[in-house]
This record gives sequence, C-alpha cells and structure tokens, in this order.
Amino acid sequence: MSAIGNLSSNPNQHARSGIAAWPPLLRILTLATIIAVAIGLYLGLFYSGTDIDQGQVQRLFYIHLSAFTGAFIAFCGTVLGGVQYLRTRNVQWDSIALAGAEVGLALSILNLVTGMIWARPIWNTWWTWDPRLTSAAIMCLTYAAYLMLRSGIENAEQRRRFASIYGILAITTVILTLMITRIRPDTIHPVVIGPSVQNPNAEGAFEFSERMSMTIGINSAIWSTLVPVTLMWHRVRLQNLIERVNALKAEVLNK
Amino acid sequence: MAEKSALIEMRALVKTYDLLIVLRKLDLKIERGEFVALLGPNGSGKSTLLRLLSGLSKPTSGTIFIGGWELPREAAAVRAQIGMVSHRALLYENLTARENLQFFARLYNLPQQDIDAQIRLLLERVGLAKRGDSLVRTFSRGMQQRLSIARALLNNPAVLLMDEPYTGLDQDAAQVLDGLLTQAYADGRTILMTSHDLDRAARLASRVLILSRGNIGYDAPASALNGQQLSERYSEITSLATAR
Amino acid sequence: MNTPFFQAAWAILRKDLQTELRSRELLSSMGLFALLSIFIFSFALELDRIARQEAISGVLWVTVVFASILGLNRSLAMERDQGNLDAMLLAPINRTAIFLGKLIGNYLFALTIGLLLLPVMTVLFNMSLIQPWLLLVLVLGTLGFSTVGTLLATMTVQTRARESLLPILMLPIALPVVIAAVKASTSILNNVPMGDWIAWPQILVVVDFVYLVLCFLLFEFVIED
Repeated sequence: MSAIGNLSSNPNQHARSGIAAWPPLLRILTLATIIAVAIGLYLGLFYSGTDIDQGQVQRLFYIHLSAFTGAFIAFCGTVLGGVQYLRTRNVQWDSIALAGAEVGLALSILNLVTGMIWARPIWNTWWTWDPRLTSAAIMCLTYAAYLMLRSGIENAEQRRRFASIYGILAITTVILTLMITRIRPDTIHPVVIGPSVQNPNAEGAFEFSERMSMTIGINSAIWSTLVPVTLMWHRVRLQNLIERVNALKAEVLNK
Repeated sequence: MAEKSALIEMRALVKTYDLLIVLRKLDLKIERGEFVALLGPNGSGKSTLLRLLSGLSKPTSGTIFIGGWELPREAAAVRAQIGMVSHRALLYENLTARENLQFFARLYNLPQQDIDAQIRLLLERVGLAKRGDSLVRTFSRGMQQRLSIARALLNNPAVLLMDEPYTGLDQDAAQVLDGLLTQAYADGRTILMTSHDLDRAARLASRVLILSRGNIGYDAPASALNGQQLSERYSEITSLATAR
Repeated sequence: MNTPFFQAAWAILRKDLQTELRSRELLSSMGLFALLSIFIFSFALELDRIARQEAISGVLWVTVVFASILGLNRSLAMERDQGNLDAMLLAPINRTAIFLGKLIGNYLFALTIGLLLLPVMTVLFNMSLIQPWLLLVLVLGTLGFSTVGTLLATMTVQTRARESLLPILMLPIALPVVIAAVKASTSILNNVPMGDWIAWPQILVVVDFVYLVLCFLLFEFVIED
C-alpha cells in the first residue's frame, strides 16, 4: 500500500509548474475570489455611507464580521476533516483539517485585530475582557494549540490521529463558548444579530442603512465562502506535494 | 477453532511506520508448543512483530491469526490467551508484588476465590515468595523481570511473547529466567522470544528465526546449526542486508 | 470474552487510589502547589475587600485548574514510564474502561484539592467559601476539566513534548467550564439572588455532559496503534 495511491497523480503535473499546474477550477476560483474581495473592499470603503456615530472606523466592521464567519467555516472544515480521517484514514481528509486550521487561524487573527483597531477609538481601549472578545481570543488560542500539537509529533500517523481528536474538541469549545456568550447578554460588544440589552440607538449598537446592509451581506458571503475555500484548496495542494515528497523519500529509504 | 492449522499464522504481513517499511510481506507459521527464538539486529522488526502479535499494534496490511482468531479485528478474544514480557517492567512501583498481581488478576477477570492461592504459587515459582509484600520499587531489575513473568503467567496463557527479556539481567537472574522459560515450554506453552543472544537462543529454543530488514532470512529447528555455525549464518544474513 | 466494563474500571481506579494512598505523591504536590498559588495570588494582587469579592472565585478556579494539570501529568506519566499503559492494553478489557478508571481517579484528586482549598481560602481571605452551592459548582466544574484533561493527558504523554504540551492543549478546551464555574462562584459568594446565577450551573451540567460523551467516544482513538 503506497501512500501515493492516496493522492491524485496527474502525470501532466510533472511537466508544468506554477499557475499552469493548478486545476482549471482552482484558477477560476482564485480569480473570482480576488475580484470578489476587491469588490467587497470597494463596497466597504466607498459605496456604503459613513456611519454617523462612529465615522470611518466603522468600515472595519465589514472585514471584521466577515473574517469571523470565514474562520468559522474553515474550522468546520477542520472538524469535518478530523472526523472523516478517523473514519476512513484517508490522508486527504487530514490535509483538509490542517488547511482549515491554518486558514481559520489567520482569519480569526484578522477578526481580532480589526476588532481591536475598531475598539480603540470607539471604546477607548484596545481590549476588554468582554465575553465575546474572550471567546474570539480563545478561538485563536485553541487553534494555535492545535497547530502546536501537530508540530510536536513526529510520527505522521499519530500526528494525524491526535490532531483529528483535538480538532473535534476545539470546535466543541468554540461552539460552547459562543453559546455561553449568547446566553448571558451582559456584554458591551455590539450585538448585531439577536437581542441587545442596550437601546439600539445608543453607542455600541448598529443601525444599518440599505447600503450598509448590502455591503455587509456581500462581504460576509465572500469571506465566508470564496475566501476560506480558495485558501484551503491551495493549502491542501501544498500539503499533497509535501506528502508526495515524503512518500518518494520513503521509497528511496525502503529499497 | 484451531484444529489442524498452526496456532499462530501470519500472511503477507506488512507494517510501516511513517511510510518506512519495517515488515515486508512476512509469512510465518508457528505451531502449538513451539519455542521460537527470533533473532536479528536492531531495526529488523522483531519488537514490531511482537507488538503486532500481542494486539498492541495493528498491521498496515496482511493478516494475523492466533488460535483461529483474526487480529486485530478479533483481538479481544485473543488477549486472555496471551502473556507478554518486555524489557520494560510493566509493573507499578508503588504497589507490592502481591498487589501488582492482584490488580492484573482483576483485569484478566480471574476467579476471585482461587486468586490468592494462584498468586502465592506464582511468587514461589519465580522465587519471590518472601518478597510478596515488598514494594516493587525496592526490587532489583532481575526481581522485577521475574515478577513480570509471574504477571505474564497469571492468566495461564497459551502463548508467551517475550521481547528481549534478558536485557539488564545479571547471571543469576538470567539463570532463573532460563529455568522459568524451560518450564513454560515443558508446560506446553507456545513461546516466541526475541533476543540478541544467539547462544542462549540456540540452547533454549526449539526453532530459530533470523529476521533481517523486515523479512525472515533464516528459519530452522534449533538443532540444525550449532552455536558457531549459527553465529556465522547470522553475520552472513545481516551483513547481506546492509550491503544491498 | 472481555472482563466486565465496570470491574475493569474499578480495578484501575482502585489501583490508582492504592498507589496514591501509599505514596501521597499526587495529592502532596498538587496540594502544595495549590497553597503556594493562593499565597502568590494574595501577595501579587493585594486585594482590598471589594476587589477580593470579585477576584476570589477566579483565584480559586485558576488554582484548581493548574493543580489538576499537575496531577494529570503525574497520573498518566506514571502509566507511561513503566509501560503500564501497554500492560493495560494487553489485558482483555474494554479500552474505554481505562478512561473511566483514570477519569474518576483524576477527578477525585482534583476535587479533593478543591475542597481543601475552600477552608484555606476562607481563612486567608476572610470570606466564607464553605457554602453548599459553591460545593456543587466545585463538583461540577472539576468534573468538566478532569474529563477533557484525562483524555488530553493520555494523548500528550505519548508525544515527544510530553508534560509541557498538556496545559497548552487543555486550557482552551477547559475554558467553557471555567467561565461558567467562575461566573457561578462569583455570584454565589456575593449573595446574588439565585435567579440571576442559576443559569451557570445549568450550563456547567450541559458542558460536562457534552465533554463526557465526546471524550468517551474519542478515547479509543487516543490509545490505538
């Protein structure tokens, strides 16, 4: 049983390199993502009106929330990959899980940073131990721990197995923490979806114009679908190449 | 379920660690009552083979049958029939010898009414009768190994797997171990022992295997070659592998 | 064919209790760590009366979590050092029985430390921590992170990084438990009406349940090879 059997070996890939080696669908997807992100940024920076209360800094929100949903989607990929790996032991699933964790971590850091930049002028502080911020930070830390776990195990089979298990625990933590913060609305973090204890016109909550709603809707859609999927696909391809190199190395050593 | 087929049977057994092949399509049959010495240099796959037989590891491909049961699918059926001794003690230091054996007796679901008598008997067998209530922490390596064998014999196993059991033993302890193994063999147990000691292997075992680079390079009754010849044969096989 | 599930789990638990009673290794190191931790918090935080009321449950839970990490590491390292995990895997028992046995042992040790801390902190901080509801929260909270802790410790003890990896892995996962436990404890200690904080123990029960089920299902993947 050769590990290469697990990978899609297209002989043509040997001949070409760079963008030419990408599957056609990936080329289209990457292009579409770049264009879509550009459109989203245009909408966010120019098309939607300036918020009366908060000023320009409110525009960060379009990225902020979108990055969060993107991260969540990516992490769902991690848990799906983990579960499927444990069931089928097909290495591809673990590659998806790894890609999800890395992309998701990047997006959640983006979420955290945009949030902090927004918070400084609005709340007059970079950070506060508000439940929602805490849970966002925990999300980052959990998946950073996931990556640290992976780097701490040499044996590939054990690494994939343990990472799958931890990935399942990690998403559970994220979901539980999200739910817990919803149950206790004693937070200063703006509640966009759902009830807020605050007067909707008071500082901290949002009132959306038509343009803003459209902007946030489009950006969210882009960042939660196109961006994670494209990034993860690229990452999985990279991982496949790494696995292939390892397999070739092993073939030589096994002679 | 065993009938006329061998007690232990391995077919096309492959085990890889991280894509590195340790056992290459190994075929092996061991009959009931044989005492097999498994020799080979480090990295040849001896310990791996034992781990696969004990159910601690799963094969990458191929099949293993013990007493007709297929590992690892039906491993649960087999575990009660196997005793394993490794170069690690597999004992709890802060418990007494007796308490250790009692713990394992419970794990193996041995009938409670006999167990104290059984334990006393076993401790006598391995020469630890007087140290039954001493903490294992106070035991020398030789004594720990002896207790380890007592543990392995607790469930009256049909198969004994011994992974380099003589490691770290002095002359006296080694002699005691010799006696125990010979007795176990006489009792009709099937024994598979890995070792670096060619002489001892040739002396104790009924059959000698030499494993090299994941495959069996030599397989003959122990009487086939004397110590010197065996040593030469061993060097031949193992250097052949590295020369490749 | 296999030894009955609860018999195996009980044998393992009994073995752990026996070992601990004889050496008192876990309890003494956990206990000493916990005490030192409380002292350091005392000095470092210089809490006045008001601040103390807010902070004290945090101090309690942080200490209990870190003490339990100490215990978990020790408890599983003990199995690995002599190859005893292998010895248990060789026996004809259900793998999950190992989890249950170790879990209850670790849980009891962590709970003992937690219970010991209550009177100590009552004296040191001049606040009464010995309240029935707080005891309930302690029981529930400790169970939550003992569950994930046992699973993760069994994992980390097999890796190269070993002991140092456990806090990194465990603390994020234990967080929902800690949040709920701290919220509940603070409210109880401040004599907040029960209607306001009863949600937290309920959340704890749900979280405990989810983690218990998950860890039971996942354990066999941790020790297979």
